[in-house]
Amino acid sequence: MRSSLRFILLLVGIGLPTAAAQDKPIAFTGATIIPIAGSPIENGALVVHQGKITAVGVSSAVSIPAHAQRIDMTGKVIMPGLICTHSHIGGIGGADSSAPIQPDIRIYDSLNVRDSGFKRALAGGLTTLNIMPGSGHLLSGQTVYVKLRQAETIEDIFIRDADGNPLGGMKMANGTNSMSEKPFPETRSKSAALVREQYIKAQEYRDKIARATGDASKMPARDLAMEGLVEVLERKRIVHHHTHRHDDIITVLRLAKEFNFRVVLHHVSEGWKVADEIAKADVPCSVIVVDSPGGKLEASEMTFRTGAVLEKAGVLVAFHTDDWITDSRVFFRSAALAVRAGMTREGALKALTLAGAKMLDLDARIGSLEVGKDADLIILNGDPLSVYSKVLETWVEGKKRFDRGDPKDHLYAVGGYGAGRDQSPYFCCFDHPEGQ
Amino acid sequence: MKRQFESVIVLTLLAIFPGGSIAVAQVAVLGKKVYTMAGPPIENGAVLIREGKIAVVGKADSVTIPDGYRVLRAEVVTPGLIDAHSTVGFSGIYNHPHDQDQLEHSGPLQPELRAIDAYNAREQLVAWVRSFGITTLHTGHAPGELISGQTTIVKTWGDTIDAAVVVDTAAVAATLSPLAQKSDKGKSPGTRGKMMAMLRAEFVKAQEYMKKRDTAEADKKPDRNLGLEVLTRVLNRELPLMVTANRAQDITSTLRLAKEFNIKLILDGAAESYLLLDEIKAAGTPVIIHPSMQRAYGEMENLSFETASKLRQAGIPVALQSGYESYVPKTRVVLFEAALAAANGLTFEQALASITIDAAKILGVDGRVGSLEPDKDGDLSLYDGDPFEYTSHCTGVIINGQVVSETPQ
Repeated sequence: MRSSLRFILLLVGIGLPTAAAQDKPIAFTGATIIPIAGSPIENGALVVHQGKITAVGVSSAVSIPAHAQRIDMTGKVIMPGLICTHSHIGGIGGADSSAPIQPDIRIYDSLNVRDSGFKRALAGGLTTLNIMPGSGHLLSGQTVYVKLRQAETIEDIFIRDADGNPLGGMKMANGTNSMSEKPFPETRSKSAALVREQYIKAQEYRDKIARATGDASKMPARDLAMEGLVEVLERKRIVHHHTHRHDDIITVLRLAKEFNFRVVLHHVSEGWKVADEIAKADVPCSVIVVDSPGGKLEASEMTFRTGAVLEKAGVLVAFHTDDWITDSRVFFRSAALAVRAGMTREGALKALTLAGAKMLDLDARIGSLEVGKDADLIILNGDPLSVYSKVLETWVEGKKRFDRGDPKDHLYAVGGYGAGRDQSPYFCCFDHPEGQ
Repeated sequence: MKRQFESVIVLTLLAIFPGGSIAVAQVAVLGKKVYTMAGPPIENGAVLIREGKIAVVGKADSVTIPDGYRVLRAEVVTPGLIDAHSTVGFSGIYNHPHDQDQLEHSGPLQPELRAIDAYNAREQLVAWVRSFGITTLHTGHAPGELISGQTTIVKTWGDTIDAAVVVDTAAVAATLSPLAQKSDKGKSPGTRGKMMAMLRAEFVKAQEYMKKRDTAEADKKPDRNLGLEVLTRVLNRELPLMVTANRAQDITSTLRLAKEFNIKLILDGAAESYLLLDEIKAAGTPVIIHPSMQRAYGEMENLSFETASKLRQAGIPVALQSGYESYVPKTRVVLFEAALAAANGLTFEQALASITIDAAKILGVDGRVGSLEPDKDGDLSLYDGDPFEYTSHCTGVIINGQVVSETPQ
C-alpha cells in the first residue's frame, strides 16, 4: 500500500511538469533560422507547442501567443535537428557469425539506452538516428529509427507507425565486407546468388500466405526471417545497403529492381564513378565523409567530391556518421568537407537533415522547420559549417535535451573524465580478415 | 637530339636534387596574412625562397622581388605543417598485409627496427596529407608493442626515403598501454606490472652493454647487439623515447621510467594527461596528443577535445598528430586536428604552433622547419582562407623551395 502510494506520487510528480511544459508554447525569437524547406530567415521566430512546430517565419510575420515562453535567440542560428541515416551507437550486437543472411535480427533487442554515445550524439546536434546492425553480413538485420528523447528503456526512443510498431529498415551489405569463410560467400557472384535465393524464398512464403486466404491449415509455419524479408518485398521496410565499389553499387541497383525493394545506398565510396546510373535508378545515397581514403581496398578511391558529384547528377544525398567511424559530435565536418569539394551549402545542410528524413520515410514528420512537423531543432552560435561554431542546445519534440552551458552536458560535448563508459563498442570489421 | 639533351639536363638535375625535383625555382610568396610563427603575423607579407631556403620574410611593400622569381599569391600563408606523429608511409592505404609495415608482432622489444628500411615515399597517403599542406612527417613504427621500433622524420616530397629524409632515426617508439599487452596465456607482457619490468630490464641490459662496450679491453668487448645499441643512444639522451601512454597510471609509469634512466621523454597519446598537469610539467616532458576522433572507450574513454588547451595553459609543450588508424579512415589529417583544438580552447596561433614551430621544437628539427625565418627550409603552405575552416582550401604547397602542388584541396 505504502509503495503503491509512493508510486502514485511519483507518477504525479513526473507527469505534472511534463504536462505543464507541453501546455505552454515556446517562442524562439531573433535568430537566423535555417528551415531547410526554404531560404534562411533573418530575425526569425519559431514557435513550438506540444512537441510540434506551430509557427515559423520572419519575426514581424509570426504572431506569438501571449502566454508563450519567449526565448531570445538573437545572434544565434536555429536549424532542424540533424538526422543520421547510419549509426552504430548504443553498444549494439546484431547478427552473429552463424549465417550471412539474418533478417530475423532486430537491432533494438540489443540496444543499451544508457550508452554514452547517445549523449555525444545529442551534443553533436543529432535528434534522429537510424541505428543499424553492423556489417560483415549480406543481411545483418532490422534497423531501428529512434528519436533522442529522454529515455528509461529503449521503447521510449522508438519512432512508431500509426499502429504503434517501431519503424526501421533492413541492413544489407555487399563487396568484400560480407565475404568470408563458409557459410559466408567468397565471391561477389555468390553473394548476389545467396541474396536472390532468400528473396525468392520470401516471395514464395508471401504467396503461400496469400493463397491460404486466412485458412490456418494452409498457412506456412511462421518464419521470422521470412517475415522480415516480406516486409522488404512489400516496400514497408527500406533496405539500407552498405556498398563501396562502383560495380557493387550497380549490383545493388540490379537486385533492387529484380525484387522491387526500396533501397538507400550507404557509404558509396565510388558513387562518383556511377553517379548517372544511380540518378537514373532514382535511388538516394547516404554518403560517408572521412578524413582520408583507404583502410580497405574498396574505400581507397573515396573522395570528398562524392557529395558534389552525386548532387550534380540529381541524386538525393544525405550524410551519415557511421559512429564509431566518425564521431557524432563532428557530424558537421562531413557536410563542410563536401562543400570544400564543391557541393552547395544548401545541399550539404539538407544532406544532414531533410534528405536523411526522406531516406527513412520520415520527411512528413522531421527534417525541416515547418509548421506541423516535430519540434526537433538545434541552436548554434554561428555558421553551421564553421569549425568554430558550437551546438549550444538540442531540442527533441519541444524539450531541451542538450545544453552546452550545463556542465553535465558539456562533459559529453568535449569529453573528459567520466564521459566514456567501460563497455565494448561495436566493431564492424576488426575481427574480419579484411579489416586486419 | 634536342629531346636527348633535355633528358640529360633533367637527369643531371635529378642527381643534384633527388626527390623527383626538376629544378628549384626561385619563388616569391605573397600572402594577405603570413603566419611566420617567429613573431606576430604579417599583413600583406612576402616570403622569398632562394635555392630551397627561405631568404627574406617581411612586409610585401618592403621586399623587392628579384627578376625571374615565380610569384604565388594566397590569402593565408603558413610554414609547411608538421605532423608530430604519424604512421603514414608505413600503414598503407589498402590496409592489407602487403602494405602494413607499422608493426612487427614477432617480439615485444625490437628497438633495432629502423623506420628508414620501411618508409614508402610513394604511398598514396603521403600525397593525401601533403595536399592539405603537411610538409613534414614524424612517422614510423606504430604503438602496439612494448618497443615497436624507430621513427624517422621526412618531408612529404621525394620518391625515396633518401630524398625525403630529414632525420633518419628520430626517436624510439614504446608503448605503455593495454595495446602492448598479450592476451594469450603464457605470453608476455600480459599486465602493466610486467610491461614495466620488461622495459626496465631491457634498459638495465643496455646500461651493462654500454659499460662493457665503452670500457672493456678490445678482446672483451661484447658482440654487437643492434637493439641495445639503439637503447644506448636513448640512455645517452641522443634519441628521445616516445612512449604512448593514455591512462593516468600509464603516464605516471612512463614518467617514473624516464626518471630512473634519465631518458629524454616524449609523451604520446596522453588521453588522461589533463589529470597530471603538475607531474608532466615538473618532468619537463612535451606531449604529442592523440587524434581527437579516437573512440571513447577502453583506455580512451576519458579523452577530451580540450586536452591540448589544458596542457598548453599549464605551460607544457604540445604538438598534435594524425596517429595510427587501424581501419577507415586510414589516416587523420593534422590540419583538422589543429582546427578542432582551435575550436576547443586553443587560440588560432596556439593551434597553428602545435602543427608548426612547437612540433618542430619537440622533434628537434626547429633549426630547419616550423617557422618562416631566413635560412630555414623553403616549406610553405598556402590557403584561400582560414586554414582551419573545413571549407577553405590548401591552394599551394612548397617543399624545399619547390612548388609541389597548386591544385586546390
